[in-house]
Amino acid sequence: MAYSFPEEVLEHVFSFIHTDKDRNAISVVCKSWYEVERWSRRRIFIGNCYAVSPGIVIRRFPELRSVALKGKPHFADFNLVPEGWGGNVYPWIAAMAMAYPMLEELRLKRMVVTDESLELISRSFKNFKVLVLSSCEGFSTDGLAAIAANCRNLRELDLRESEVDDFSGHWLTHFPDSCTSLVSLNISCLASEVSFSALERLVGRCPSLRTLRLNRAVPLDRLPNLLRRAPQLVELGTGAYSAEHRPEVFSSLAGAFANCKELKSLSGFWDVVPDYLPAVYPACSGITSLNLSYATIQSPDLIKLVTQCQNLQRLWVLDYIEDGGLDALAASCKDLQELRVFPSEPYDMEGNVALTEQGLVSVSEGCPKLHSVLYFCRQMTNAALVSIAKNRPNMTRFRLCIIEPRTRDYQTLEPLDVGFGAIVEHCKELQRLSLSGLLTDRVFEYIGTHAKKLEMLSVAFAGDGDLGLHHVLSGCESLRKLEIRDCPFGDKALLANAAKLETMRSLWMSSCSVSFGACKLLGQKMPRLNVEVMDEGGRPDSRPESCSVEKLYIYRSVAGPRSDMPRFVWTMKTLS
Amino acid sequence: MENKVIYEKDLNLEATELRLGLPGTKKPEKQAPPSLKTSNKRALPDMNEESGSGNNSSVSDDGKSDRETAPAPKAQVVGWPPVRSFRKSCFQPKKTEAEEGRVYLKVSMDGAPYLRKIDLKVYKGYPELLKALEEMFKFSVGQYSEREGYNGSEYAPTYEDKDGDWMLVGDVPWDMFISSCKRLRIMKGSEARGLGCFL
Repeated sequence: MAYSFPEEVLEHVFSFIHTDKDRNAISVVCKSWYEVERWSRRRIFIGNCYAVSPGIVIRRFPELRSVALKGKPHFADFNLVPEGWGGNVYPWIAAMAMAYPMLEELRLKRMVVTDESLELISRSFKNFKVLVLSSCEGFSTDGLAAIAANCRNLRELDLRESEVDDFSGHWLTHFPDSCTSLVSLNISCLASEVSFSALERLVGRCPSLRTLRLNRAVPLDRLPNLLRRAPQLVELGTGAYSAEHRPEVFSSLAGAFANCKELKSLSGFWDVVPDYLPAVYPACSGITSLNLSYATIQSPDLIKLVTQCQNLQRLWVLDYIEDGGLDALAASCKDLQELRVFPSEPYDMEGNVALTEQGLVSVSEGCPKLHSVLYFCRQMTNAALVSIAKNRPNMTRFRLCIIEPRTRDYQTLEPLDVGFGAIVEHCKELQRLSLSGLLTDRVFEYIGTHAKKLEMLSVAFAGDGDLGLHHVLSGCESLRKLEIRDCPFGDKALLANAAKLETMRSLWMSSCSVSFGACKLLGQKMPRLNVEVMDEGGRPDSRPESCSVEKLYIYRSVAGPRSDMPRFVWTMKTLS
Repeated sequence: MENKVIYEKDLNLEATELRLGLPGTKKPEKQAPPSLKTSNKRALPDMNEESGSGNNSSVSDDGKSDRETAPAPKAQVVGWPPVRSFRKSCFQPKKTEAEEGRVYLKVSMDGAPYLRKIDLKVYKGYPELLKALEEMFKFSVGQYSEREGYNGSEYAPTYEDKDGDWMLVGDVPWDMFISSCKRLRIMKGSEARGLGCFL
């Protein structure tokens, strides 16, 4: 009675199945499906480069065309991961150069990428098309020159938020005249001036260019020429948005913007001079994404711009927008889905702007589609959080940063447990949450009880003891990533929930109360976890076992302990 | 499931007991970790706070507070608030590497697939620096002599100075070196020997 489709049929059916989740699901149906699936998989996402080795990946998936890798833990963004920790991409490139000559796409996040790696990429993959380096570091403009020169079919070069050793802008001239395939170019993180004429020629000869994110060094008076050569642009990042006010520059700019009928996304706006902002007004009705997080202009100018963008879905802005600006946003932009408000003066304890919890409440009231929030502010109340929660049960990402650690509800002086509790209780689809303010173990009880879809939780300066951590680890069924700093969480909760850690991608704990002895025990009992202790003060076993470790990073892995640990990272293996 | 049961036997009941104090007033018995750069603990609630930001001078000095006594300016906690470095100050024209007097330099070694960054200010002189480089990249630098450069090793530590020239590490006085060095490169083979004979 047993029957099976010929492999070709299975393969054809599988070609319609794209998401990782679905692909993983079909691969475990039976051995023959596993085989067909693994030979036909073209795209892979590896959320932790140390969870698996290049060899294992290559052995299972011999025909990949697109690889995405993430390296350092998220807290590396805030300088909590010491230099030299790891995340080097070179071993992956070297292995893939042999195994995947037809590799087309590489997307890396928080990895160390050397010029050597870039050179190897540019020489090894004849059909290389997409390079996205997000928050990466370790390379210079020399490496970029190699990519530009050798990747004949390059479509995307995106360096978003990477740290580049920027020797000069000369690398851009390495794109040969025959390169006409660019679709996306993002050089916004670079400091040096690129050759403007080379840039103009490049933009002019790439008719499919949709995304162009310039760097700050491109002056405003160069922008009209670039836009005229690429009227089909969908996403534009300006350079410095300032110039002396000259009517001919303004009208040239306004005309160029009016001519870009496909523009949906705007960013850049460094050093912005308000007088020039009206030049973008012709494009505003089509804008769905606006990143003004570098625009140091005040609320009235921000309001004028934002209220023109009736179709806005995503807004990133500095707290200069203030409560008044957010009220205006709530009234004008009914399609808003994502709001990020960044602090203009993060280290100024006093606060320099009239941005409070009220602004966020307004937006939560006025924008029915709002589901993703990142909000830096200096005060908060439980009442405001409860309002936000009730207004927006569709919230999926809620990251609140009250700048001063352990800040109370300023009206009732209570901790903010109840407020965040309301968020997790009402927002049943919440996937990501970052906490701040004064918080006791109660908030973690609420989270463990209600946040069943929560995948990522960030905690700082919160909680009373192990019970808090235990609530989260035992209650949050969907938890994949947990990052904790400066909380009094210790051994008990960790050891009691050891098995949970194998169901997660990773756990980060720094400046907590986890003892070295507990780390040793965990490392011994859980062979499929890499328990990495980071201590820049010397060998952790040179102190009593009850001493707390500085930093702890635990992640599941099928590759065993990594072989590239720097001197300040220890596992059970290196200590025995 | 088993884990939960085991945990409950060890449960710290104090954590859940009823108390008469305001929430958040109890100082937990497990102390905050010693590695905190500033101590943020508050022994008592500050009844004079209007907003979360003011916190220093009006708190009682009952001795239980383990905060530093100077009210301002507050020492920065590493990595807080969680803002990416390129967002830190809106008025900063360009990213500078010299933050807080530190001078971070990139160090590469021929053949090694990784870069390192070091803070030159940490070292007091060439011997310390060379030893650190040897440890970092696991090689031996050999014996330095003014005339012959580095003997007994196929590697030589070099640096790029402000003028863009590549020099052998050790050729100029230390102070001149740290003020002119832009980046370091540990060269291998004949290139290194060529440089050694530069003078």
